[in-house]
Amino acid sequence: MSGLAILIPVALFMGLAGLAFFFWAMRNDQFEDLEGAAHRVLIDDDEKPDSDDREV
Amino acid sequence: MNATVALDDLEPVRQCEDSRFAVPTMRCAGCIAKIERGLGELPGVVTARVNFSTKQVAVSHTPELTEDKLKSAIAELGFEAQILADNPLSEDRGDTRRLLRALAVAGFGMMNIMLLSVSVWSGAVGVTKDLFHWLSALIAIPVIAYSGRPFFASAAMALRYLRTNMDVPISIGILLATGLSLYETATSGPHAYFDGVVMLIFFLLSGRVLDGMMRDRAREGISALLRQTAPGAMVIQPDGTTAWTKATDIRPNMVMQVAAGENLAADGVIIEGSSGFDFSMLTGESDPRLRQKGDDVLAGTTNLTAPVRVQVTAAGQDTSISDIARLMDEAGQHRSFHVRVADRAARYYAPAVHCLALLAFIGWMLAGAGVHQSLLIAVAVLIITCPCALGLAVPAAQVVASGALMRKGVLVKDGSALERLAEADRIILDKTGTVTMGQPVPDNLDQLSDDQKAVTLALAQSSRHPVSKAICTTLNAKNIAPADVEDLTETAGEGMSAIWNDQPVSLGRPEKGNASLATQLVIANEITHITLTDAIRPDAHAAIRELDELGLPASLLSGDSLEAVGPVARELGIIAQACARPEDKVHAIGRLSDQGHKVLMIGDGLNDGPALAAAHVSIAPGSASDVGQQAADAVFTSDSLMPVALSVKVARRTMQTVRQNFALAIGYNILAVPLALAGLVTPLIAAIAMSTSSLIVVGNALRLYGSAK
Repeated sequence: MSGLAILIPVALFMGLAGLAFFFWAMRNDQFEDLEGAAHRVLIDDDEKPDSDDREV
Repeated sequence: MNATVALDDLEPVRQCEDSRFAVPTMRCAGCIAKIERGLGELPGVVTARVNFSTKQVAVSHTPELTEDKLKSAIAELGFEAQILADNPLSEDRGDTRRLLRALAVAGFGMMNIMLLSVSVWSGAVGVTKDLFHWLSALIAIPVIAYSGRPFFASAAMALRYLRTNMDVPISIGILLATGLSLYETATSGPHAYFDGVVMLIFFLLSGRVLDGMMRDRAREGISALLRQTAPGAMVIQPDGTTAWTKATDIRPNMVMQVAAGENLAADGVIIEGSSGFDFSMLTGESDPRLRQKGDDVLAGTTNLTAPVRVQVTAAGQDTSISDIARLMDEAGQHRSFHVRVADRAARYYAPAVHCLALLAFIGWMLAGAGVHQSLLIAVAVLIITCPCALGLAVPAAQVVASGALMRKGVLVKDGSALERLAEADRIILDKTGTVTMGQPVPDNLDQLSDDQKAVTLALAQSSRHPVSKAICTTLNAKNIAPADVEDLTETAGEGMSAIWNDQPVSLGRPEKGNASLATQLVIANEITHITLTDAIRPDAHAAIRELDELGLPASLLSGDSLEAVGPVARELGIIAQACARPEDKVHAIGRLSDQGHKVLMIGDGLNDGPALAAAHVSIAPGSASDVGQQAADAVFTSDSLMPVALSVKVARRTMQTVRQNFALAIGYNILAVPLALAGLVTPLIAAIAMSTSSLIVVGNALRLYGSAK
């Protein structure tokens, strides 16, 4: 029984954290361009190291 | 304007403007990098971000960097770009996002409550069970309050107008079950239905999210195709300079400088110059008309040959296009009478469910079970009959089908379009741009000598007349090099003329009038005629025959002259009506509807807009004007007409699957309702029954994945 006092809040917290992360991702348009994200990996950033810094 | 720009330059932080461009030709990571870097280096650009999925570029820039400059900057990078106005279709995108958030919350609640419920089902008793019920309540109540809003709102709306829809039994079921579960929890009763309620909300929301996503995806695809008729114009300022002005900011009495090849952004009168204008957007006729000083020109038409100055007489909502828009609005009104399949089912289903639950309550009261026990059984009936599978039955099938169609190049705007498409039993086709490609192709260029070809190309390549462009494309494809000509001039309505090897040469209007498109090439005194035809789409004949076999006889309804329509109708072997104005097309559709026919209209032009809106269901080719694309229920992007027949077939199969899904959902109810009426449904049984029936329905819908092959 005493384990439940810890485990249930932990489970709830993790669920809420996941939910909060999903909300954050939606607000920040993370799902707007799924195909583009796949292609962007291939872009070579070295040519212009200073101009392509993106805020994460 | 200019003064404020100079002031603004001094301030470090300025207001930015956002513009969007459609760049359909980007294909790879290299294109993304090239566009983003190329635009980023441009002075005045703050950020440039490519959205590869929608093939669009969003640019944040200073106000003095206008949209046309950005467009040419993208063109210099090697990409063809089109300016996108604020997309009128994307306004209700927020709806899906709200639903998706509600779905996420419901999913979170469902998983956590399930976690607690499983322990209760597996034998937790006493204090543990009460604690778990209380915890479930704690999670469930905010989740229900948040995620249930779409249903409560829609049910409240229906009840206000004394109607009932699918959301009324859902809302009543949710509220009653929640209230009863709270009472059970407070009195340490054996069963709480929180898991069932939240699961119900989760499954129902999945259906709605699917529905919304399908709509958004198709609309986004269509908005990427939309070509703005005229996002703005170069307006002559008081000081004699010209400045790019957006269409919405153009006012009467302004003077527009319209270059050859540009679309007009407003109605007006020509005050300087003369030129040929392409009225095909309005009339459907491909032959350009000559307009001189003092003549009226209309927004949406294209200036073909020479630059002109146009004094604006009407702009924005007052242009002649707005008449057509009004006609479209009126024509579109009656379409809203179409009742979607799910709502038609709800019309019978909702009262039946309510009566059943009420009867269960009364029956058990009479049997002497007590208020509490009877209420519990009534709620179990409501939950178990809640149209969980029904809510998924329609959208799941429609989403899978529209995805299959999208892979074949048909964008269906929403599920109701598929329902209406399946019911269509007549087809009306427009001619120009629908049955034909909408672009003339020269027939007899092969008969020309090499010199003649070279001269023709030299003359044609400097003109924006559709005939010249068609000749140019054909000759370029044959790798002909243009001849060296001097003194190249273009006379509006007459054609191009120049000097070649000291002989006068010209390409222009043929002397003898002819119904078909033609031009004549004159070298010295030798006259050669070049004829052009607007080719019928490949396999148009086969597509029309296939549609006929599907029970949809076709007829042609065109704004073009009888001479132009006749040959096409003969070749396709269908009946035709020529010289139809937009209102005639609407009347023709109205007559057929009065006879009980469900008309499928296929058209592309602005002049088809009202007819597309008036028809039971409508499809436009991807080359259509944006009015056509917005009025139509679906857009196909290929050159062939076959996708139309395919869409009808897929739509019919979809409705068949929807009916199967209904049968499955009802079959499940037939099994589950007696259990509920007998008072045997525990939360465990409700949970299993609900998820199994939903999975079966979704699985059945997935069979449509390959339906468009």
